[in-house]
Amino acid sequence: MLKVRNLEAGYGKLRVLKRISMHVDPGEIVTIIGANGAGKTTLLHTINGLVKVSSGEILFKDNNLGRIAPEKIVASGCSLVPEGRQVFSTMTVEENLILGGYVLAKKTMGGIDAEIARVYELFPVLKERDRQLAGTLSGGEQQMLAMGRALMAKPSLIMMDEPSTGLAPLIVKNIFKVILRLRDEGNTVLLVEQNAKAALGIADRGYVLETGKIILQGAAQDLLQNRDVQRAYLGRETD
Amino acid sequence: MQYLRMTPELFIQYLFAGITYGIIYAIVAIGFNIIYNTTGIINFAQGEFVMLGGMTAITMTAFMPMPLAIAVAVLITMVIGALIEMVFIRWLESPSVLRMIIITIGISILAREAALHTWGESVRALPYFIGNEVTSVTILGAKISPQVLWVIGVCSLMVAGLSLFFKFTSLGREMRACAANRRAATLCGINAKNMVTLSFVLSAGIGAVAGCVMSPITYSDYEMGPNLAIKGFTVAILGGLGNSLAAVAAGLLLGIIEAFSVSVLPLAFQDAIATSILLLILFVRPHGLFGSSEAAGLKEF
Repeated sequence: MLKVRNLEAGYGKLRVLKRISMHVDPGEIVTIIGANGAGKTTLLHTINGLVKVSSGEILFKDNNLGRIAPEKIVASGCSLVPEGRQVFSTMTVEENLILGGYVLAKKTMGGIDAEIARVYELFPVLKERDRQLAGTLSGGEQQMLAMGRALMAKPSLIMMDEPSTGLAPLIVKNIFKVILRLRDEGNTVLLVEQNAKAALGIADRGYVLETGKIILQGAAQDLLQNRDVQRAYLGRETD
Repeated sequence: MQYLRMTPELFIQYLFAGITYGIIYAIVAIGFNIIYNTTGIINFAQGEFVMLGGMTAITMTAFMPMPLAIAVAVLITMVIGALIEMVFIRWLESPSVLRMIIITIGISILAREAALHTWGESVRALPYFIGNEVTSVTILGAKISPQVLWVIGVCSLMVAGLSLFFKFTSLGREMRACAANRRAATLCGINAKNMVTLSFVLSAGIGAVAGCVMSPITYSDYEMGPNLAIKGFTVAILGGLGNSLAAVAAGLLLGIIEAFSVSVLPLAFQDAIATSILLLILFVRPHGLFGSSEAAGLKEF
């Protein structure tokens, strides 16, 4: 599905990503964990075309995404749920979803009602608030709306940037349950998280990113047992 | 006192004059708002769109009937709007707000000089749409030129049309999405750059229409742009940047204040009023009469 090879990218002269290689196979949840400033968001933004590739390549369904505009990458089936929700706060919940279905509506000449129904079924609370302005939703609801909006494009790969930030543990649990359900329905998820424990708990595989380099990778269960990971990211003392 | 006592007829007369100018200011302000909402910049060439619309239509009437001439002039101005965006704005990579504003000031000077070379310094006007300068209809005892009703009617229609467009069409929704959160709109697959071009086309179009309907009563010349831009800018700020309905209210307010000022102040002070209001509002309520200070705090400009 997604193959990243020797990817380097950054802002101006600042090199944030250093020779990153990773891949995501269809139907799996892959997580990237790491501390603040490790380059997690930059990696997602580079895949999505918001940050320019300096060298290396990103293959998505065997197409090189290197120099493609972000909106075309979305149209090709790779959607990002951005960090901090980024909903259209002055527009209603339903309008947000309709806008999320922009590429789908373009492809199918209309028909996004079925997708809207599917998102409402996934997040019933959004249905209750469909006429409410997105900015008036709680943090958890906004996160659901951001996910719903990305799902409206029927992406083959959905990337999520820190969906748990600033949310109560119970809501985080809820959202992670939905991510699991998405995987079980055949979706492919690339999940970036600081909450390493929760992310590794639902993921199939994981990568550990530190100062722009991948320092560890493997099955999520193995990473959970790994002493370095436990000490650095799970806050567990090991002796 | 050299000034007339205010009779009910005179009051209506001033009121209509105020509404006429007010709605023109509102249209210019809405032009500012449309571009501000998608790009975050003030397009100081907005007054030039009004000038270009009027002047082009006047030239075209020599070759074709007036309605067609106006349509062609509006189309030409829209194309110019699109070209301006594509040549001067589109290729800039994350430009600063200040840089873009200075670019629009440059464009306005460029447009004015080009108009001076094309049309000269003479003041022109489109013929009255119905009748001539002495035709009038009587409303509540006051004699009003039908052209005044044209201006008010056409501009109100444009305001209503624009709000329907933004609210109910998918293109309008996508433009609002770019205004609300440009990056998120991109992540929905919307081409934000095309939306910016479209906003220039729309602003140029409504400016040109206003430039045509107002031309018979206000006349057109190559340097009418900056004055209109200042009035429109005052109105946009007065209403709260980005809020088009508030711009209509603020436009009518400024127009009516200006019109009635003639009865108490010498005419020469009329233009000073807008500038005084602009300064006052920038000092006291920079987020406008109808805007919230909280939202203004989040804005880059």
